[in-house]
Parts: sequence; C-alpha cells; structure tokens
Amino acid sequence: MLMRVLRVLGRQREATVFIIAVALFVYFLIDKGSNFTSKSNQVTLWSDFTTPIIIIALGEVFLLICGEIDLSVGFVVGFAPFLMHYLIDFYGFPGLLALFFALLFGVLVGWINGFFTVTIGVPSFITTLGTGFVLLGLIDTTSHDEPAAIPAQVMGIGKWIQYYAWAPIIWAVALAAVFHIVLTRTRWGLHTVSVGGNLLGAREAGIGVGRIKYGNFMITGLLGAFVGLQTMYYTNNIAPTAGSYTPMFYAVTAAVIGGTAMLGGVGTILGAFFGAVVLGILLDGFPLIGVSADPLNIIFGGAILVSMVANVQLTRLRERGQR
Amino acid sequence: MTATTPPGEAELINPGGDILRCEHIAKNYGAVTALTDVNLHLKRGEVLGLLGDNGAGKSTLLKILCGFQPATSGRIFLEDKEVTFKSVDHARSLGIDAVYQDLAVIGQLTVFQNMFLNREVIRWPLVRNHIMRREAREHLDEMGVQLPSVDAPVATLSGGQRQAVAVARSVFSNPKILLLDEPLAAMGVKEGAIILDLILRLKHEGNVSIIIIAHNYAHVLEVCDRINMIQGGRITLDKLTAETSADELTDLAVAEYRKALEERQRQER
Repeated sequence: MLMRVLRVLGRQREATVFIIAVALFVYFLIDKGSNFTSKSNQVTLWSDFTTPIIIIALGEVFLLICGEIDLSVGFVVGFAPFLMHYLIDFYGFPGLLALFFALLFGVLVGWINGFFTVTIGVPSFITTLGTGFVLLGLIDTTSHDEPAAIPAQVMGIGKWIQYYAWAPIIWAVALAAVFHIVLTRTRWGLHTVSVGGNLLGAREAGIGVGRIKYGNFMITGLLGAFVGLQTMYYTNNIAPTAGSYTPMFYAVTAAVIGGTAMLGGVGTILGAFFGAVVLGILLDGFPLIGVSADPLNIIFGGAILVSMVANVQLTRLRERGQR
Repeated sequence: MTATTPPGEAELINPGGDILRCEHIAKNYGAVTALTDVNLHLKRGEVLGLLGDNGAGKSTLLKILCGFQPATSGRIFLEDKEVTFKSVDHARSLGIDAVYQDLAVIGQLTVFQNMFLNREVIRWPLVRNHIMRREAREHLDEMGVQLPSVDAPVATLSGGQRQAVAVARSVFSNPKILLLDEPLAAMGVKEGAIILDLILRLKHEGNVSIIIIAHNYAHVLEVCDRINMIQGGRITLDKLTAETSADELTDLAVAEYRKALEERQRQER
C-alpha cells in the first residue's frame, strides 16, 4: 500500500510539492487569518517573494536539465539596473533603449558563461563562480558602493513591470506557462532534455549540443536581468546590495524541491514553480508567526535534503515498479 | 573508373552496383592512428558484415561514414559521386543513417519522442505529439516490434527493446544505407533474435544497404552477404559469407594476435 502511494507520488512529483504548498498556505491562513490573507500581505507573498524565485528558476531548470548550472545570475540581477542607469544618466541613452541594453547585458553574460563552459570546456560551476565574482566587482567598483535613483525616463514603464501590485506574479505565471510549453512541446525543450539525459547520444542524433547549452545560459541571463529590473522598481532604487547569490540559491532550491535533478535530464517547470511558491510562503509566513528569518534557512536546508532523498528513492521505486 | 580502384580489390569491385565506396580512409587522433588505409565498398541491397577485434577501428570507420567525425584523409563515394559529410544531419540528408553502439536513445524521453529525435514533426513552434505518436506506433507495428507503449520512457525498456527502437528509428526515414554498430552487443539470445529478424526483414525488402559492425561472428554470418575483416586499421579480408566460415575468421583474428605478441616479444628482447 505504502509502496503504491509512493509510486503514484513518484509519477506526480509536482503534485507532492503542490500539496505541500497548499498545506503551508492553509496553515498560515488558519494561524494568522486576515494578517495573512490581506491584500498587502498576499502581494508581498506572490509579487515580492515568490516572483523572483520563479523567474530565475525557469532559467536554472533549463540549465540543470541540460547538465549545467549558473551561479552568476544573482549578480546579473544586481548589475543590469546599474548598466541602465549609467547608459541613461552618463551616456544620454533614451530610457527604453537603456532598458533594452540592460536586458541584452543578461544575454551577453549568458553567452560568456556559454563560451567558457561549452567552447573552452570549463565546468559551468567554475565558470559562473568566476563570472559571478567579476560582476560583483563590477557592481561595487562602478557604483562606488553607493545606491542610485531610478532615472525618471524609465519610471513610467515600471507600472508594467512592478508598480501594479499583481504585475510581477502575472509576469511569473505567464513566463512559467511559456517555459513549460517550451520544455515539453518544442524541439528546444526536447533537445534540452536529450543533452542532459544522454550527451553523446544527443550529439550522435545530430543535435547541436553546444547551441542548446549556450542558449540556456543566455535565457537564464536574460531572466536575471529582468528580475534585476523588477527588484529595482520594488526597492525603488538601484542598490549595489541587490546583486548577491541569494536569488540564484533560492531558484536552485525551488528547482530541486520541484524534482529537478542536478545530474541533468530530469526536471519540470511545474515542479520548480510550486517549489518557488513553497519558499515564498515560508519567506512570507514565518515573520508573520513571529519567527525571524534566521532559522528559516535551517528549514530550507532540510527541505533540500529531504527532497533530494525523496528524488533518489522515488526514482528507484519508479524504475522497479515499471520494469 | 579503374584509376580510382584500389589495387588488389579490383576483382571484387563492381562499380555500377556500388552504393558506397571508401578509398584510402585514414584517421588519426593526435598521435594515435585508428585507421591506416581502409578501402571498402557496399553493393546496393547488400548486407555487409564488418568484423574486427576491439580497437581495430570498426567504430571509428562507422563514425566517419555517418558524418559524426571527418576522416583525416581518403575519399568517400556515394552512388559514384564523391561526398564530404559535414555533419550527422548532412549524412542523413544524403540517405545514410546509423545506429550507434550506445544507441543514442534518451532514457528520459518516451519511445515516440526518441523515434523522432532531431527530426520532430512540428507546426512551429510546437511539436505535433499526436502525429508522431501515431506514426511511431504504426511504424513499430509494421516492423513487428513489440513494445508496452510508445508513451513509455525508454529508460523503462529492456536492452533488446531499446535496440529495436534505435533500429526502427533509423529505418524510419527510409535511408539508402544503414550502419549498425554492434546491434547484438550485451543482448540475450531471445532479444538478439528480435534484432536479427528485424535485419532479415529489411534485407528481404531490399530497399536499404546495410553495414553491420560486430565481433560475434556466428550471429552475423546468418544475415550477411559478405564479410570484411578489419585489423590494425585496414581491411584484411573481403569474402562472400558463403566462401568463409566462423573458423576462418577466428583463425585470422587469432593469427593477428599471435603476430602482435611475437613482435612485442621480439622488441622486448
């Protein structure tokens, strides 16, 4: 009986995470009532906490599935708004063009990560560790560790990205839907799975393995730059401290909780989405019940370990069950 | 034509009937020489067995013929026209398809997704699952391949079933030439029979010429019209299956081993 339940859960990995998310939501709902359900808190939960995790996780899921990782994306989050600010305030670029270049910068960082990983052959863990530090140094050096104000030219567009309370989560859900379809219903998605599932086999089938990896690094960089703009509008300034490892770590945690394997070939957008929702609810709910953020990391760490063990065990069960 | 015919093989070559011909193919990996000088031809509708011990250069040759890697030197003629394969896709577009030793199937993808790997039916931007699923099922039924479901992830199939999927996939696009690398490796007798039957069926249909790479002589003799033996990066035997036997092939392989051993002993002395 237990085996059967576990087997069903194994096929429905996303369902498990979804149930956990709902359970946590109900728990905080019962415990905190209107404090939790108030509009302002729900906006904080979905738009401020959950959205950045979801959006960066979309890129990380694709990268993890094709057997790579990007540790640097959190610093793209930090540098992209600064680049926009420099272009507008120091070089006189029009607002929209500067926004465009800020996003393009994310793509460029992804290309550089791809170049070192695919073309030169440095493992992506090392590549992106390096590019992450370079970006951190760039942020701190060029900003002189000082925050900057958002240029007036780009204030208007902020409504579409962040100022409308539900805008961020709408972006996140829409992007997640697109990425889910890309992963499951397009050549790009199938080839991403192929590259991570059987690298040599994918190459022998004629799939452009390098192209897939380059592309997924560039997509992740683009998403990082977009989250950087969202964060800028959210905090209402351009802060050097916005660039850190945290967004990346949360995103990878969400992906892992959602069933994405570090070894490649396995993972879903839906799982990562619900994984991000679980993290968002915990980040929002714990301070509400009077627990500081400090012990939260213990829970996150535990959740990673539990879900990884569950992954391994469920995979084993599934293979035994179907053979 | 005689000018391009390698000496010593003239009597075996029938230029009009050759679909594929290789001349003086060599391949080096840095300082390591995998193929020294390979001359080989494949007749239309023929099943050619390419035998050789591990490290003789069988797989290297196959990977050159299917466009996976270029030869260091030599020429390849496809239907009497010289060709240079730029990629696996390019070779495939010219009608050459390969089933690799490691099968190149993706365990995480389903049977039908594997059957259509890198040649998906699409209506941009989406893949058309229902069409691929139906065609895969029809195609597998046609070839007599029994599988639990075309929706099953390939990781859940047995070795023979995976091999069958890989072979069926290669035949799918109606290739002129099919290259099979160790199609019976690591397979039980019953599973091997599935694959041999599949090859026999293709042979009888006669639309495709096949090169089978193998080191298990007995099974291969059953389905091949002609045998080539590759030793030390060159072809050392070219005979019709009817004119040779498993014993002769084994003797040849052992003789080569003895010769190499003696040479080494001489050098050590």
